[in-house]
Amino acid sequence: MATLVVAEHDNAALRPVTLNVVAAAQAIGGEFDILVAGSGCAPVADEAAVIDGVGKVLLADAPAYEHALAENVGALVAGLADGYDHVLAAHTTTGKNFLPRTAALLDSQMVSDIIGVESPDTFLRPIYAGIAIATVKTSDAKKVVSVRGTGFDAAPADGGSGTVHAVDARHDAGLSEFVGEEIAKSERPELTSASIVISGGRGMQSGDNFSLLEGIADKLGAAIGASRAAVDAGFVPNDMQVGQTGKIVAPELYIAVGISGAIQHLAGMKDSKVIVAINKDEDAPIFQIADYGLVADLFEALPELESALD
Amino acid sequence: MKVLVPVKRVVDANVKVRVKPDGTGIDLANVKMAVNPFCEIAIEEAVRLREAEVASEVVAVAVGESNCQEQLRTCLALGADRAILVETAPDLEPLAIAKLLKAIYDQEQPGIVILGKQSIDGDNSQTGPMFAALAGLPQGTFASNLAVDGDTAEVVREVDGGLQTVSLKMPIVVTTDLRLNEPRYASLPNIMKAKRKPLDVTTPEALGVDVGRRTEVVDVAPPPERQAGIKVENVDQLVDKLTNEAKVIGQA
Ligand SMILES: Cc1cc2nc3c(=O)[nH]c(=O)nc-3n(C[C@H](O)[C@H](O)[C@H](O)COP(=O)(O)OP(=O)(O)OC[C@H]3O[C@@H](n4cnc5c(N)ncnc54)[C@H](O)[C@@H]3O)c2cc1C
Ligand SMILES: Nc1ncnc2c1ncn2[C@@H]1O[C@H](COP(=O)(O)O)[C@@H](O)[C@H]1O
Repeated sequence: MATLVVAEHDNAALRPVTLNVVAAAQAIGGEFDILVAGSGCAPVADEAAVIDGVGKVLLADAPAYEHALAENVGALVAGLADGYDHVLAAHTTTGKNFLPRTAALLDSQMVSDIIGVESPDTFLRPIYAGIAIATVKTSDAKKVVSVRGTGFDAAPADGGSGTVHAVDARHDAGLSEFVGEEIAKSERPELTSASIVISGGRGMQSGDNFSLLEGIADKLGAAIGASRAAVDAGFVPNDMQVGQTGKIVAPELYIAVGISGAIQHLAGMKDSKVIVAINKDEDAPIFQIADYGLVADLFEALPELESALD
Repeated sequence: MKVLVPVKRVVDANVKVRVKPDGTGIDLANVKMAVNPFCEIAIEEAVRLREAEVASEVVAVAVGESNCQEQLRTCLALGADRAILVETAPDLEPLAIAKLLKAIYDQEQPGIVILGKQSIDGDNSQTGPMFAALAGLPQGTFASNLAVDGDTAEVVREVDGGLQTVSLKMPIVVTTDLRLNEPRYASLPNIMKAKRKPLDVTTPEALGVDVGRRTEVVDVAPPPERQAGIKVENVDQLVDKLTNEAKVIGQA
């Protein structure tokens, strides 16, 4: 049995979620290889080659793969799937973009967003915004699976001795082109891999008021997230949204500030180890899942919290 | 140019559903059903394209049981011109749905197909890209802006790191994110008018598509419950608990 793991990276370094996907491959069992598709991404392949237990690292280095355009990468991965029983990628906006294309080209019914492996053909996945966990068994010979990063503890990043093999296949569908991107730059840890996350909701009232969270985030080394209401109101950009339709996080500590606790928000954070809620409404649903609830006006509590952390 | 909008009937986003005690699924008896929120955004985008005279006709298509006609009527009330129901057993898999959509696509030859990025029941996030692959079309997924300009379209995509813009060769597939637009409400006159708009019914057999299942849902269970927590009196107590009881901060 062999698995192909499609690495997620920015052409310079692996994204941490790749190690969670590797962990899912290890839970499935058997050997696994890693595909690094990108442009000028040889350093990423070298990084992948030392991941514990890796067999081969396939390096597909071509301009057509630079921005992980789904039309090109989806076809590349389908073309490389021969000889593998499983094809795995992260359930991120990158994986969700190309992997269903790969599955369709392979005539396989993909299983998305798994949080557990019961056996090589049976997986656990949340449905209905996480109010239920479905156990899904697939009969497809080629199993195409996307993995929720927070569902699996990261595999060791070193200790392996894989060999890098260049892949010649050039899939340039000529259907799409990258035009540009606005990538948020931050000194803070990345939201989905941070060990502490502090999120603000509609209760924050404005984007400027997020500075109240920043002071605390700096002291805790935390990432900053938001509810959909805060993003929709234009307080903060979309990449900060936590929830069913945003990012899934599961840090050691999640602090929800001025967030009511709608099911769609809980879907993105309720697997956090410790949850704190600060809300002035003592009946806010967020308190039902919070380990520590503080009923308070956030405009008083946040400055106090910041100075208490000195 | 036609715009084709696949829409899914799902449980209303405001309804709190429960797992059936026998582990076979979600209890949907007497629960309010609705158009999947992302599909509403897709309909709205298509109608705006027609209003801007970029598109000439908006066709809504649903795959499912005959009760999906309710959601198709809603789409007609929101401005779709015509609807198609592919009548099937409930809960087809995304790949089968994508194959049926490909058959409809071949018949209708739309210039743009707009789907939701995700259905809020199955949370699959598969159908759009699967359909695009089967039809050999480019895709702009998780779109927060769509601008059509002759033979190409520019799509702004909400990606994990921020925003990405791609240029796609028409015809195209788009999947909607929440901030693409804000759907309108259906007015009473439009709801009345919708009753007389055409709604055709077809079947997988008529379309020549095999919709056999590949996966089996063995069990559906509630997730592990969280222990109820406590309320703290003030910020100092909170910091103390986090430092000394939960041990998630401090000691640096
Ligand atoms: C299809 C769909 C997908 C969705 N996806 C997501 C998603 O991914 N993520 C997400 O978050 N939501 C999502 N939602 C939206 C979700 O249903 C809620 O509307 C949203 O989470 C509410 O955000 P909020 O808690 O910030 O705002 P509100 O519900 O308005 O809550 C604000 C809270 O702030 C408190 N507050 C106000 N002022 C203060 C103060 N001064 N001090 C302390 N507390 C204060 C209030 O008591 C209240 O509890 C989705 C909805 C749909 C339909
Ligand atoms: N049964 C269906 N009928 C029509 N369109 C569907 C159906 N299921 C999914 N779709 C479309 O595919 C999108 C994504 O669904 P999913 O892949 O299930 O997350 C939805 O928002 C719809 O636009």
